[in-house]
Amino acid sequence: MALLELRNVSLQFGGLQVIQDLSLHVDEGEIVSVIGPNGAGKTTLFNLVTGVYGPDEGDIQLDGGSIAGLAPHVIARRGVARTFQTLRLFLNMTVKENVMAAAYPHTRSGVLRSIVRTPGMRREEREIEQLAEERLGFFGDRLMGYRWNQPAYSLSYANRRRLEIARATALKPRILLLDEPAAGMNPAETQEITELIGKLREEAGHTILVIEHDMHVVEGISDRVVALDHGEKIAEGSFDAVATNPRVVEAYLGLQATATK
Amino acid sequence: MTEIPNIPERPDTRDSPQIGRDEWVATHERRTAGERRLLATYNRVPPIARLAILAVLTIPVPFLLNTGDLYTFGLFAVLYALLGLGLNVTVGFAGLLDLGYIAFYGFGAYLYAIIASPHYDWHVQGEIAIPIVVVASALVGLLLGLPSRRLLGDYLAIVTLFFGQAFVFFVGTTNPRGLTGGANGIPDVDPLNFFGLHIRSYRGYYWFALAVFFVVLAGLWSLLRSRTGRAWQALREDPLAAELMGMPVNRLKLLAFAFGAAIAGLAGCIYAASAGSVASGSFDVPLLITIYAIVILGGTGSLTGVLLGAVVITVSYEILRPETPGTARVLFYLAVLAAVVWRVRPWTRLAAVLGGAVVFGFVVHWVAGAVSDSATSGEAISGGRFTGAIEHWVVIPAHPGKVPEYAYVGLVLAVLVLTRLRGWWRTSALVPTLYLVAFVWENILVDQPSVTRLILFGALLIALMIVRPQGLLGTSRVEIV
Repeated sequence: MALLELRNVSLQFGGLQVIQDLSLHVDEGEIVSVIGPNGAGKTTLFNLVTGVYGPDEGDIQLDGGSIAGLAPHVIARRGVARTFQTLRLFLNMTVKENVMAAAYPHTRSGVLRSIVRTPGMRREEREIEQLAEERLGFFGDRLMGYRWNQPAYSLSYANRRRLEIARATALKPRILLLDEPAAGMNPAETQEITELIGKLREEAGHTILVIEHDMHVVEGISDRVVALDHGEKIAEGSFDAVATNPRVVEAYLGLQATATK
Repeated sequence: MTEIPNIPERPDTRDSPQIGRDEWVATHERRTAGERRLLATYNRVPPIARLAILAVLTIPVPFLLNTGDLYTFGLFAVLYALLGLGLNVTVGFAGLLDLGYIAFYGFGAYLYAIIASPHYDWHVQGEIAIPIVVVASALVGLLLGLPSRRLLGDYLAIVTLFFGQAFVFFVGTTNPRGLTGGANGIPDVDPLNFFGLHIRSYRGYYWFALAVFFVVLAGLWSLLRSRTGRAWQALREDPLAAELMGMPVNRLKLLAFAFGAAIAGLAGCIYAASAGSVASGSFDVPLLITIYAIVILGGTGSLTGVLLGAVVITVSYEILRPETPGTARVLFYLAVLAAVVWRVRPWTRLAAVLGGAVVFGFVVHWVAGAVSDSATSGEAISGGRFTGAIEHWVVIPAHPGKVPEYAYVGLVLAVLVLTRLRGWWRTSALVPTLYLVAFVWENILVDQPSVTRLILFGALLIALMIVRPQGLLGTSRVEIV
């Protein structure tokens, strides 16, 4: 059974059809890549799933229940976490606080209990602190030790991308949406991210939907690839099948290139 | 495959930069600026001890002030600090620019005055009145927080400012069915009364307010290190990311508003009880500016900074009282001198400026005296040790007429011109400008302490924003990286 399922979803911005009759499913434990040229609607797809936009038509289901039109924080609580293509960290908070903040839905302590610091509240704090340390530990020693108490703005670009992933996993999501995790990374870092995404499934057991432009990454991680263009699904299947699909090649390179191939 | 040669190690001396090395980059903040080291030491002190130190530092405030009932000013310092704490929750942590904040203070004060005075002849006891006021203020805060769900930044600021002004107008002018007493306010407010124990003196209110302050401070300190506090900060940093990380952003905004309002209401309650009466004028924009100045001065988001800011502001208010122009004069000249000494380099040029200003003054005084007797026969507002010297240096006309006003405009122009000049031109223009500063001070400003206060605060804040944009105890924030 599909963990995440989009059924005939459409979305318009004014007269612009951004997503058109899109159906898509991600099974438990799967890694699915979404590819497509810029403006194809990939990030909009993420925004639909996470509730930033509600679909005009169609339905989005998470584990059999509809999440279409719910508030983003409710969807996050149900188990959808994401990273951002343009990084959106809490820059003036420390590295560890960034991750701890995302554990919000798993904690219960109200304002009054927080003010008097009841034993229950303090236990909860220790738990999410451990959770944060464990999630940060996922990246080897890159986000460990002295980095914990540094503000997020002091991190390098690559480490910020890692921190975004750590923050998203602190939500204990059913499905993890990664928006171009390898964007702006050098080849070595890209390789590392590829391995990391595999590790996120093997060791942490996450189901992953990922947008990526780097075809080496897509090839390395995907169980299945979905290609979008102009908000429509133009191909779906294994990496090899999609990469050689004439419509995909056309979407990326233009009609001319297809003809000369 | 060729092997990549090892990059030779740099000599590992402490001072040589190791560009690109994480460990070295990470220690950047520690290596720079001694002030940081001070701050780091401060941060290492355990919070309880910090509170104790703060308490020890604050308690003697009333003894340091010079006139009247010493505790009055201490009380105001603490009330302002309390207001600053509440404002810090809404503005400093949740990042919601609330310009209607003082209305909550006024609301708390008026509500207490209504339920505990002969106004309706309800004399509610303190232990019941305080919870009522706090809860009601929080509810009003919740109500005002509603637009914050849709409005951001400047727009929210305008709406809340409107609310603040509407409140002042409402209680002062409309006075529906005599509810708020109109322009006269509500007199004869009961003193706080806990189970028959009355607080009657300013001294009592000072200690009570101080205790309340530390309780609120401890509570906030704790709250800000909880999921709610982190969520507020996340909301300030990036509302969309916060929402997508599962934080109910709208609820958190309302909570921040309600919290700030509750603290302001509590402060208002103490104010009304200690002052014995309330009137709408006490809750207008000047107080709002003062509280913002306190929060900015202490460092937005810094809890202990609020107290420091409140003490600095209250003490300078006290120094600039009309009864003691001597102290104000010394402070003023010291500030001008400090600015000149700090900014003018090299030393020879500094000596030239200071010497030039002194000589220039005596020359102008002599010329003015030679031209007309009455031009220099005015008397300086006395009170300081330097009165005599000032009268021989600064031209103080017996019948100034409009001259000081023109001089003031001239001073503003001179400062503007000064910023456009460079090198020796600037140095030579600085001399008459300094003299003009003294002239304007002696002839108008010293007479009008309330205006002078605002001008000095403005200058103080500008200087602070240049030197330490994050405030005295704040941590610097990065907006876009």
